[in-house]
Amino acid sequence: MTVTTEIRSSRSALTRNKLPNWAPWAVAAGALVVSAAVLSLAGFNVWGWAVLAAVLFVAANWAVSFAVEGARKATDRFATSLMFGAFIVAMVPLVSVIWTVLTNGIAGFSLDFLTSDMQGVRGRVDNATAAGESPLMGGIAHALTGTFLITLWASIISIPIGLLTAIYLVEYGQGGRLARAITFFVDVMTGIPSIVAGLFAAGLFALIAGPGFKAGIVGAVALSVLMIPVVVRSSEEMLKIVPNELREASYALGVRKWRTIVKVVIPTAISGIASGVTIAIARVIGETAPLIVTAGFVTRMNTNVFSDWMASLPAFIYYQILNPTSPTNPEPSTLRAWAAALVLIILVMLLNLGARLIARIFAPKIGR
Amino acid sequence: MKALRIGQTAAVLSVAALALTACGSNGNTGATSPAADGAAAVTGTLTGTGASSVGAAMVAWAEEFAAANSGAQVNYTEEGSGAGRTGLIDGKVDFAASDAYLTDEELAASEATCGPDGAFDVPIYVSPIAVAFNLEGVDTLNLDADTIASIFAGKITTWNDEAIAALNEGVTLPDTKITVVHRNDKSGTTENFTDYLAQAAPSIWTEEKSGDWPGAFASESAKGTSGVVDTVAKTAGAITYADASRTTGLGIASVKVGEEFSAPTAEGAAKAADTATAVEGRAAHDIAFDLDRTSDEAGVYPISLVTFGLFCSTYADQETADLVKAFGTYITSAEGQEVAAADAGSSPLSAELSERAAEAIATISVK
Amino acid sequence: MSSNALTDSGSAGRAGDKIFSTAAMVAGSLILFVLFCVAVFLVKESIPALTADPADLKGGVSFFAHIGALIVGTLIAAAIALLLATPVAVGVALFISHYAPRRLAQGLGYIVDLLAAIPSVIYGAWGVTVLAPALVPPYVWLAENAGWIPLFTGPASATGKTMLTAGVVLAVMIMPIVTSLSREIFLQTPKLHEEAALALGATRWEMVRVAVLPFARPGIVSAVMLGLGRALGETMAIALVLSSGPMIASLIQSGNQTIAAEIALAFPESSGVQTNALFAAGLVLFVITLAVNMVARWIVARHKEFSGAN
Repeated sequence: MTVTTEIRSSRSALTRNKLPNWAPWAVAAGALVVSAAVLSLAGFNVWGWAVLAAVLFVAANWAVSFAVEGARKATDRFATSLMFGAFIVAMVPLVSVIWTVLTNGIAGFSLDFLTSDMQGVRGRVDNATAAGESPLMGGIAHALTGTFLITLWASIISIPIGLLTAIYLVEYGQGGRLARAITFFVDVMTGIPSIVAGLFAAGLFALIAGPGFKAGIVGAVALSVLMIPVVVRSSEEMLKIVPNELREASYALGVRKWRTIVKVVIPTAISGIASGVTIAIARVIGETAPLIVTAGFVTRMNTNVFSDWMASLPAFIYYQILNPTSPTNPEPSTLRAWAAALVLIILVMLLNLGARLIARIFAPKIGR
Repeated sequence: MKALRIGQTAAVLSVAALALTACGSNGNTGATSPAADGAAAVTGTLTGTGASSVGAAMVAWAEEFAAANSGAQVNYTEEGSGAGRTGLIDGKVDFAASDAYLTDEELAASEATCGPDGAFDVPIYVSPIAVAFNLEGVDTLNLDADTIASIFAGKITTWNDEAIAALNEGVTLPDTKITVVHRNDKSGTTENFTDYLAQAAPSIWTEEKSGDWPGAFASESAKGTSGVVDTVAKTAGAITYADASRTTGLGIASVKVGEEFSAPTAEGAAKAADTATAVEGRAAHDIAFDLDRTSDEAGVYPISLVTFGLFCSTYADQETADLVKAFGTYITSAEGQEVAAADAGSSPLSAELSERAAEAIATISVK
Repeated sequence: MSSNALTDSGSAGRAGDKIFSTAAMVAGSLILFVLFCVAVFLVKESIPALTADPADLKGGVSFFAHIGALIVGTLIAAAIALLLATPVAVGVALFISHYAPRRLAQGLGYIVDLLAAIPSVIYGAWGVTVLAPALVPPYVWLAENAGWIPLFTGPASATGKTMLTAGVVLAVMIMPIVTSLSREIFLQTPKLHEEAALALGATRWEMVRVAVLPFARPGIVSAVMLGLGRALGETMAIALVLSSGPMIASLIQSGNQTIAAEIALAFPESSGVQTNALFAAGLVLFVITLAVNMVARWIVARHKEFSGAN
């Protein structure tokens, strides 16, 4: 008799003062109804409704929890609401951006668009398109190739330099004067305006290859100046948080330092490094100004980064919007620009996917 | 390996597409050949940089020129007039285009690359700048210089202002607020427009001409011609100035010249270039001129923009000299000007000006 | 016993160590060299502007008079962006790392990385076609109801292309960057710390507060600094979105300008000493970034005891 009572009371002690799982949903429904009622008095609009309901929900959820579960649980619920709220607030503009590009981009997109360049596409061609006499002509094969090659070369230059520098900072240079100087000046480097990087690269190659030399590789160097600090900064952060226990365990087994770094430290941090590299690529893949002054802009295909001018996607988008092929009928150019923007995003998405795949292959299996 | 194969496929596809596009465009543009009359075809690559105003025309010219001279190719980037002028002076490019002619200092500086006679200016592109607005039910308005200046200086703030009504009898003007939209980037269009305001309405427009919109009269602004045109199209009661080829769909003002009102037309702009005053102290083959903004001559449209082609008097080698000559002659010829008019909506140079330009370009020689 | 390649202590291993450490140091030094070259280049191009006759410069005022307003504009835009983006970004990162179901979290992480990669031209185009018109009614409301605050003095812009809009666009741009890096840091919080906190009876939020956030603080600061770097140096989005003009206090009227946008807008058509002035503006931006980063480093240094690698 007494035994059962004790068990019962200890059971209820665990679940006592806990709101049932459906409570937040009930509060949410209440908040929606009440805010709709309030707004119907003052003039209804969807945004106002959503905002008011959200505020009501957070407040009511906290109050109910505070009354039933106590202050600590209430704070926890409040924090959880804020996290969800932050997520929703963040998604609104981002979904809007993607939606804008998608709806505008699909209209001009086709297989021909990917496989043709802009040779032969000029004002009168677009005038004919605008008058409905011909389909949308021209495409981005040349710009896509250019962006791919220039970004590839920029990555080839910056990723090793950036990663090695990060390794030096975290593993070798700890606290030394050189390491401190590098850390500090890498931060400063993030503040180089992109056009300055472009002009710097153009000036550098003018010394090597004569004035006015423009080619994909000059653009790649300009982009590297912008990309390296991002690679260093993000990789450094990721290497730093690799637990020292791992390194020490490796040393204790007699593994050399460089093997430890390559086999233990980097694989542990690879997922973060891959994210960082993707962000670094993202930082530069949309650059327009430095590419115009270093790689030029053309309407035809060029696959050699070491000679001749090269087009790029951002420059293509930029000029199609700002200086349409046919000034009198800018619509075909606008269509091409949005479609090119869509392709650029898809390209970045594929790069990102690749980086994650690499990360997954090399990352150690951990219990997450 | 797989990537390589995909790359190859892509390359094959794009070559095929390229061939198709080339055929297609030849089919529907009917490229005319400037060198068809027996002149020797030139070869090589010509690089140029400069004003974005000639961007669309340059695409068409490069296309036609390459079609007529197989083996010849023209690359042009729209880096801006300033970059064009310094690019030519520093020898980075073979030719340049600029919304302003070379200054005396720049001419002197160009002697290092272009030989003792330096570089020279030739008009290659003329286009009227329209005063365009977005006003429900009104497609055209008559305005004089003082009224335009007052509007853009923010002194007239509603569309039914007496000054506007007095010039437009019989037009119903709403009491919409005027939103002035100007360029926020430095541009030749702004420079030409402010030059007009400063000269034609000096009592109201107290600032000097400038490529940057003067801060004293700041209002709403947008980047590039596309930016201002889009903003005006979206904002009721907005007004701006932009290359006339780009203002389709907006209301256009006719500007008072003498006793009449002239609309921004190709003829008006070409006539403005013809009646311009030559810059003093220039070599015979340098056709630099200032437009007369206060002209009273009927038919002149005073708010026009002229883009000059900048060339060297002498080039280091025969191939480049021939190439520059051939290209320069082509773009200033009646034929080249027609192409620009059809593709980019510019105003063709008059026959007389085109002839003078051809003579000037013919003087290009080898060092 | 078995000779393991990993523990081989022969001369090859020692040489490998030497080569690796040298390569790492050379890479680091190369960065310093490049930066030094860029700095020399910038200073060399800037000097003529500092001593130039004001009459030759934009607006007929001396360089220092001109740059002041631009510095203020740059800082305002970046401040708006950081104020809006940082809390949201940290919240989203925590949501993805500690709140969302694991399966969903991976997908979300992927989407955020993707968003970090959208080029600024696209954000700019979105800002001017979608966001600016959508913000006109709220601005009008602000001007009517909060006009007594200098920041919201009316009349509100008819196009919505104002400093506040530009700041919001910047915030949207840098939010994925900050989120992406913070999330990676949060995920690296030692599991033991988290479990210890939970085992002591902490709620999820208390666990985040005592175990995750202190561990991640330097990383968050780093992430925010990277975002700030982009916000300060952003040209195209501002150039497209902001209806620039002279400095004004109101954030809902057209006006103000940032250094990077000014360079992008004026550079193409500039020549002579005006180009030098733009390089000098670039140098100033450089110095601002330097100062901001010094502050950030100082903040991180004060919390060194929480750093992961000790």
